[in-house]
Amino acid sequence: MKTPNKKIKKELTIEQKINRRNFISFGAFTVFAAGAFEGWRWLYKSPTETAGITGEAHRPLRKALNKTEIFFRRLVFNENHLVKTYPKEMAAKRVRYNSDIGMEAKKKFDPATWKLQVIKKGGEILQVSIDELKALPKTEIVYDFKCVEGWDQIQHWAGVKFSDFIKHFQLEDYAKMQYVGMETPDKGYYVGIDMPSAMHPQTLLAYEVNDHPIPLNHGAPLRLIIPVKYGIKNLKRIGSINFSNTRPRDYWAEEGYDYYSGL
Amino acid sequence: MKTIKEKHSLAMRWCHWVNFPILSIMIWSGLLIYWANDIYSITIFGHTFVKFFPDWFYKTLGIPQRLAEGMAFHFLFMWFFTLNGVFYILYTIISGEWRELVPKRNSFKEAWLVLLHDLHIRKTAPPQNKYNAAQRIAYTAIIIMGVGSVITGLAIYKPVQFYYLTWLCGGYHLARIFHFALTIGYVLFFVIHIVQVILAGWKNFSSVISGFEVVNETPKPAIQTVNDDENAK
Repeated sequence: MKTPNKKIKKELTIEQKINRRNFISFGAFTVFAAGAFEGWRWLYKSPTETAGITGEAHRPLRKALNKTEIFFRRLVFNENHLVKTYPKEMAAKRVRYNSDIGMEAKKKFDPATWKLQVIKKGGEILQVSIDELKALPKTEIVYDFKCVEGWDQIQHWAGVKFSDFIKHFQLEDYAKMQYVGMETPDKGYYVGIDMPSAMHPQTLLAYEVNDHPIPLNHGAPLRLIIPVKYGIKNLKRIGSINFSNTRPRDYWAEEGYDYYSGL
Repeated sequence: MKTIKEKHSLAMRWCHWVNFPILSIMIWSGLLIYWANDIYSITIFGHTFVKFFPDWFYKTLGIPQRLAEGMAFHFLFMWFFTLNGVFYILYTIISGEWRELVPKRNSFKEAWLVLLHDLHIRKTAPPQNKYNAAQRIAYTAIIIMGVGSVITGLAIYKPVQFYYLTWLCGGYHLARIFHFALTIGYVLFFVIHIVQVILAGWKNFSSVISGFEVVNETPKPAIQTVNDDENAK
């Protein structure tokens, strides 16, 4: 006996239904898998960006990095978010030493003759001695220094707040610009910092570690301690400071790292 | 007589197969990052039992010295990993499929029996619906692990801005260890999962792509009378 057909189309048998559904699902699966594989190959072999302020990364990855950074900065960056600090006793006695890029000077570097050069408009250079900096209010910080490689260490630094330095030398007009650039005296290492991070209350021009003057391998006589950034932005042996509205050159951004590298 | 038994929803299958390559990429790019400072080992009384991972492993995969690349891939694919996970969790809750997934009160006791059965120590396994007790525990755990990876990941990605997450994870250092341990967890899950899938056979595997299983049911006489020869074969 046949049930009366409501549709003119013949009802599929179970066997046909199984085949049909298997065909569709396995077919779609194969198509998607091939598409995903092709997409991955495209991404993995995509050309690298033209080297400039940033470099080395695949173009789509660089785009994603920039967008991701901007997203998180807008979502959560807050100048009032202070980095967690610790009691002095917790600070490492032997501060980890990781790199000497920009400090492998051919002739011996003498901190005694060093002066910080602040490059102002019209090529005017403000020269600041370490004693002038030490005369400014001293700020100490004991915090967890974080390296982009993954290690971290609680360290104790002291120096002058970058914002205090700006105020004292009447650089407020420069601080209205978007970026600060800092370079070692030999120009071998250089970083670009966005102004909000530079003016963060915990950003220091540091001249002391564990209550002693900074040793040569940690960037004597003056280094940047910027707790809202990875270690790669904490320039050792600051030679010059400049200001701009475009991103200053940055050593590790040229090597493929994110320009902002914020925490 | 064969019948079609619906098993996995389209959304579940989609999330499952999207997650698989993404998680692989996350583990691979995570290793690129980890190699920059591969400090973790299981060391008890000065003797190192496990070093993650042996040197030949890195060399085979060509992993050394690619930190920047690893970070770039990791921070792109974390979006897809997170979005896929969020979509899956929302779907599971809204559709009510969580009922098939979340362990029940007796699941932990039953999972033991399932394990004994799988190891061929016990002849029969407890009766089950879509997932057995051991699967319920494992699949729920892997979802929680996914959430854990996102939280610990954010905690070490932006420890200043997400200071509360970092605090929740017991600090930056511990968060990184958790993040790493979860990855080890995925790898272990993956190995067991694959072995189980192979043991369960083609029918089970096929259902995660097609969504249904074919079940042979002994035909009931009432149906037989209305069946014509076309349907009876």
